[in-house]
Amino acid sequence: MIQTSFRNWALDETPASRSQANWGRRYRIWLSLKSNPLAMIGLGIILLFALLSLFAPLIAPYDPSLQNLGNRLARPSAGHWFGTDELGRDILSRILFGGRVTLGMVVSVVAVVAPIGLAVGCVAGYMGGVVDSALMRITDVFLAFPRLILALAFVAALKPGVESAILAIALTAWPPYARLARAETMTIRNTDYVAAYRLTGASRWRIMLRHIAPLCVPSLIVRTTLDMSSIIITAASLGFLGMGAQAPSPEWGAMIATAKRFIFEQWWVATIPGIAIFMVSLAFNFLGDGLRDVLDPKQN
Amino acid sequence: MIKVDQLRISFGTHEVVRGVSFDVPRGGSFGIVGESGSGKSTVLRAMAGLNEDWSGRIAFDGNSAPLKRPPVFFRQVQMVFQDPFGSLHPRQTVDRILSELLLVHTLPDIEKRIKQALSDVALPQTVRFRYPHQLSGGQRQRVAIARALIAEPQILLLDEPTSALDVSVQAEILNLLADLRQARNLTYVLVSHNLAVIAHLCPQLGVMLNGEMVEQLSTDDLRAGRTKHAHTADLRTLSINLEEPA
Amino acid sequence: MLVDIKNLRIAFETRTSRFEAVRGVSMQLGTEKLGIVGESGSGKSLTARALMKLLPNNAKIEADTLSFDGIDILGASERGMRQIRGKRAGFILQDPKYSLNPVKTVGSQIAESWRTHKKGSRKEAAEAAIELLDQVMIRNPRKVAAAYPNEISGGMGQRVMIAMMLAPDPELLIADEPTSALDATVQAEILRLIDDLVSRRGMGLILISHDLPLVSHFCDRVAVMYSGRVVEELKASELVKAQHPYTKGLLNCMPSLMHPKERLPVLNRDAAWLNP
Repeated sequence: MIQTSFRNWALDETPASRSQANWGRRYRIWLSLKSNPLAMIGLGIILLFALLSLFAPLIAPYDPSLQNLGNRLARPSAGHWFGTDELGRDILSRILFGGRVTLGMVVSVVAVVAPIGLAVGCVAGYMGGVVDSALMRITDVFLAFPRLILALAFVAALKPGVESAILAIALTAWPPYARLARAETMTIRNTDYVAAYRLTGASRWRIMLRHIAPLCVPSLIVRTTLDMSSIIITAASLGFLGMGAQAPSPEWGAMIATAKRFIFEQWWVATIPGIAIFMVSLAFNFLGDGLRDVLDPKQN
Repeated sequence: MIKVDQLRISFGTHEVVRGVSFDVPRGGSFGIVGESGSGKSTVLRAMAGLNEDWSGRIAFDGNSAPLKRPPVFFRQVQMVFQDPFGSLHPRQTVDRILSELLLVHTLPDIEKRIKQALSDVALPQTVRFRYPHQLSGGQRQRVAIARALIAEPQILLLDEPTSALDVSVQAEILNLLADLRQARNLTYVLVSHNLAVIAHLCPQLGVMLNGEMVEQLSTDDLRAGRTKHAHTADLRTLSINLEEPA
Repeated sequence: MLVDIKNLRIAFETRTSRFEAVRGVSMQLGTEKLGIVGESGSGKSLTARALMKLLPNNAKIEADTLSFDGIDILGASERGMRQIRGKRAGFILQDPKYSLNPVKTVGSQIAESWRTHKKGSRKEAAEAAIELLDQVMIRNPRKVAAAYPNEISGGMGQRVMIAMMLAPDPELLIADEPTSALDATVQAEILRLIDDLVSRRGMGLILISHDLPLVSHFCDRVAVMYSGRVVEELKASELVKAQHPYTKGLLNCMPSLMHPKERLPVLNRDAAWLNP
């Protein structure tokens, strides 16, 4: 009942207020996303992992750091669905709690990277000239380093840990966002509607912030979701190399790292976190592809 | 009201407007006709303040316009663009498009002004919260005109305002522009490649060719064939030949 | 009969709605010049595109007859259509900028089009390209053949498109608003060129436009479309005798240089026009 009345309200061809028009646009985007099965599978997996991580303390059968040396490297069983690791800790619990660390890192990285990339790209693209050259050369410097190497160097210079890993990944991840936002801005800045806004006497900052940046956001969102998997993998790699989350913390990459010694005899210890990384990465890719189809500004 | 004197505009080393001068009296309407590349739109954009690489003199109401226009300038002079599909922000509602100038200048009564602007251009109030892609071409161009008129400017610069529209919609927009000019004593500069459109709206026109205004004449002289420059005569002949059905 | 269309219907289906854009159009064309005139959304372009099966995927085509030179288009395979498109029927679009490949010279694109359909050596193709450029009245064909699309003007680009379409000696030319992106003087030249080439080669022409008086100069017959139907079809020379109020309205609402009007008459759309 409420659902149908929301539907009718949102899809009204002649909205009567600002918020109705906005909700109408959002609802249409949602409807077209909903019709894409792969994107919905991706979204479902992401939501599932997010909920599982969020409610890990309630769901997890064991304390993730509870050691039971008498039950080391146990096979998956009714008591331990995913088995136990080299210190007899329950892998399922560690995966659930590890989701908090790994997904938390990814979200923090994106929260830092996307706004920085957007700001740098918009300013460079709209201002042009010296500002553009300066900002883009800085971007090039960061782009020139291989991602993992720069992150490694950065973490090594600070002290290994989750926070420095986030900073390091953010530092290496923003340049492509800036490039993307700049390219979008350069096509937008010469359009007639931007010219029309210049004719209101609005300042350059106002035009960038209110009229250009919002148009760059959809492609950045798409880029972000497609980039999520590589951020997860970088985070996991840092963990694997001992530069990310530190030992007792159940970060997925770190879990694989410590399990590498038993990978042939006790396959589950490394495989389970591997599957978790694989599923989340794939899910973000599906969602990203779906969002690209829906949000592409050239389509509507 | 408008005085343009020896206007020169260059893109890099290439001079696209080479010394154009004309005057438009208050409440008058001046047409600029020419082919693409003749520099006619460039003149208009420089007048609007969208291009800062010009020399010469552009004056509105006796005041020379500086290269960089102060915000208050845009309450006096506004512009309507050719393509109504490209001149409205694709992700903003009509309401937001119309309110921007009012917000920038912190003018009062935004609500009332938007309603008034919509009714001035004969759009129903129901389009207010719609997005440009939900409107027809003619409706979009009306929104663009409403946006230009929202702060009651005295001068409207029109860049091919009907060339992207169907002929039936073109007639409606041209009538609207004529009515608005009369009702508000607006001064128009209209740029078009269509001689018939110019002749319909402007009693006086200039013909541009390769960055120069090769002739200025009244529409009556044009109709009577009292042209001086060969290009004007060519355009006239062509327009006459094509406007009559075979 | 080169083209035979009977009761053509084109509908677009979305999740929730069905929209009929063309509602029962019939027209026939021999080796003559037919103009299709109407506003945007009248279905004029869709009708021509249906003939080449160049419609978006969500479009549903139905027709009692839709044939090109006796070939049933509705039943034709994609492979069969490729034999017609480009080879036996050329299609000229509004803006040459988007139809030409920006990284190849004009000459090589024409030569390629010639070779795909004519099977000859590279050298012959290059010669044919220059010959074709000459036919579309380009003054310096060798120079233009070596140019890239961004180096030539819009009018020149449209000539090049025409040359490309003429390469395989098609029997039908469909021109969809071929000149609305061009200046008035160039517009007339291009239309005159098309007119001349079509007459000389004995081809059929479908010229789609929103400008009724303009079209009437270059066509034998004009079909006026309104909201997915042909409301009136008449000889171009008898346009002044048009009966349908929509046709008359289209003619009257144009501003005129020689017959100044205080106000332009506006089309008062009659609901009865939708269902004649």
